[in-house]
Amino acid sequence: MTNQTDPTGDVRLTGISKTYGAFTAVHPLDLTVPQGSFFALLGASGCGKTTTLRMIAGLEEPSSGTVFLGDQDVTALPPYKRPVNTVFQSYALFPHLDIFENVAFGLRRRGWKSVKKQVEEMLDLVQLGEQARKKPHQLSGGQQQRVAVARALINHPKVLLLDEPLGALDLKLRRQMQLELKRIQTEVGITFIHVTHDQEEAMTMADTVAVMNAGRVEQLGTPADLYENPRTTFVANFLGTSNFIEAEVDSKSGDDIVLKAGGGKLLLPEARCGAPTTTGGKVLVGVRPEKISLTHADDAGEIPEGRNRITGRIADSSFIGVSTQYVVDSPVCADFEVYAQNLDRDPRLVPGAEVVLHWNPAHTFGLDATQDADAGVEEAA
Amino acid sequence: MSTLTEAPPPLAPEAPGPKPPKRRGRWTPYWLLLPGILWLLVFFALPMVYQASTSVQTGSLEEGYKVTWHFATYWDALSAYWPQFVRSVLYAGTATILCLLLGYPLAYLIAFRAGRWRNLIMILVIAPFFTSFLIRTLAWKTILADGGPLVGALNTLHVLDVTSWLGLTAGDRVLATPLAVICGLTYNFLPFMILPLYTSLERIDGRLHEAAGDLYARPWTTFRKVTFPLSMPGVVSGTLLTFIPAAGDYVNADLLGSTDTRMVGNVIQTQFLRVLDYPTAAALSFILMAAILLMVTLYIRRSGTEDLV
Repeated sequence: MTNQTDPTGDVRLTGISKTYGAFTAVHPLDLTVPQGSFFALLGASGCGKTTTLRMIAGLEEPSSGTVFLGDQDVTALPPYKRPVNTVFQSYALFPHLDIFENVAFGLRRRGWKSVKKQVEEMLDLVQLGEQARKKPHQLSGGQQQRVAVARALINHPKVLLLDEPLGALDLKLRRQMQLELKRIQTEVGITFIHVTHDQEEAMTMADTVAVMNAGRVEQLGTPADLYENPRTTFVANFLGTSNFIEAEVDSKSGDDIVLKAGGGKLLLPEARCGAPTTTGGKVLVGVRPEKISLTHADDAGEIPEGRNRITGRIADSSFIGVSTQYVVDSPVCADFEVYAQNLDRDPRLVPGAEVVLHWNPAHTFGLDATQDADAGVEEAA
Repeated sequence: MSTLTEAPPPLAPEAPGPKPPKRRGRWTPYWLLLPGILWLLVFFALPMVYQASTSVQTGSLEEGYKVTWHFATYWDALSAYWPQFVRSVLYAGTATILCLLLGYPLAYLIAFRAGRWRNLIMILVIAPFFTSFLIRTLAWKTILADGGPLVGALNTLHVLDVTSWLGLTAGDRVLATPLAVICGLTYNFLPFMILPLYTSLERIDGRLHEAAGDLYARPWTTFRKVTFPLSMPGVVSGTLLTFIPAAGDYVNADLLGSTDTRMVGNVIQTQFLRVLDYPTAAALSFILMAAILLMVTLYIRRSGTEDLV
């Protein structure tokens, strides 16, 4: 079924959408997943990521648009004719077949007569050689998950679709399986499209992440790019935590924009600003908690020149081992979060202390102030 | 560290205070079982013993029957009425197969495709139970009446030629033929097939169908390799619930058949109520019961349902 001479195995979605009655699950979407990449669709439940995946698998018929696998238009093909395989959320292993037959299922359907060698190799790859004759319900969650991966991978699909494959596992096993899946992907070199609501999972595993919200892709990029340069407050809040200060454009100085916020001035590299920068315009200034340094107000003079700074009072602090997380009350932002690494702890930094927050202007990003600064906060929780 | 790894010593035996409620709790299940056990004793075990003793009695209605351990009644009954036994198994078996063929698609439809019509169709399946068994069977007399529209149509389509050749009908009649009896049995026991099938199919996770499709199984292969094997518990219980009562039924053969279509149930009924030969009737009942038990056991062994989920 796989066309070996196909020059490229990219997955291309063009204008693909899905509506259920009056509800639009996926707005017209263009997306290209390069061959061999580990691609993650990240979003909260109900954002359309699973629907998108199911349209690629052929389990859902798109309301509009086209699905290409390489040069082949597969939009009209039923799932059993598509060179893609899916690892289902609850694994959907066949309960009446043993592990061997579960893994052999796809090969047998395609008319393979002797499957023993392939199945055994595949079971070894996922370290389940010993369990071949057991029934799925006799295995643990993590083992069932590996069977589901083996059952899909044995068919050498052009694309492997993973629908929240680690959702049912506990945290420790999930971490282990993340590494395992990444290892398998590197080993077999097949395109993986991974749907998850866990931002950490998406960032650790994927080469490229598409953040989806309300049926649209909010932003697409490498994990580091999404984290450092979020283009919407949703992305900024859904991936990690962000602090936002509402500011007004004052002037320009070289490559930087000078902003006024609560009497003070902040610098923002123009290249990192996604909002219109006309003088007097509003901009949401964002900065990640771990980029910020905290200095006691008494030592304010020691802060080097050229850093963005705001003042505040520590409202709360919690020690979590590798770092201490502070919540700072500031005139420009009510709950400013600061993560300070536990290097040299200043004993004066306790709740109630007056402090100066300061950071390198290069770590500042600017967003359009018309959007909700709290978008995505709930969903990320 | 070592002090922490040691478990605390077990507590001293508890004061006698909380013991009485515990003891009462231990007997509760048996008290709850009592009505059921009594019911079984009075309405199942006692009649069985009574029938068993009847079957080894000899005598006549005028002189009265006495237990003489006359086991020859069994052999006599079997050699006299074996054709009716064979007929019962054949008719009930055919009706069961027809029920399965008719009931499976309907149960499948209700379980997977009916959507919001599901409850309505379920009611329609059960609705015939609201009228009497007898009236429903008599209705078939009208449906299959000689010269009626159905028989006329079957005649025109030469279906009756085929069934006559198979020995199921005679000439251009359907009534009073084996076909009529099988139709009646199929109709009357169809819900007993559909309900367990539906229950079994409805329990199947829809994602298994998707998974099979995703793994290159065409819809028909998905059915053969996934849906059908997983519905086996329903198939087994449905066929049993259809076959067992159908094999012992006499109403359908009585109302829709003729003397040539008598089943063992008719014989037992006649022996009990008309000939008043109680030992033979009781012996026939036990033979039927033993035969069905044997067939059911073999069937369950073969289908190996205990191996399923």
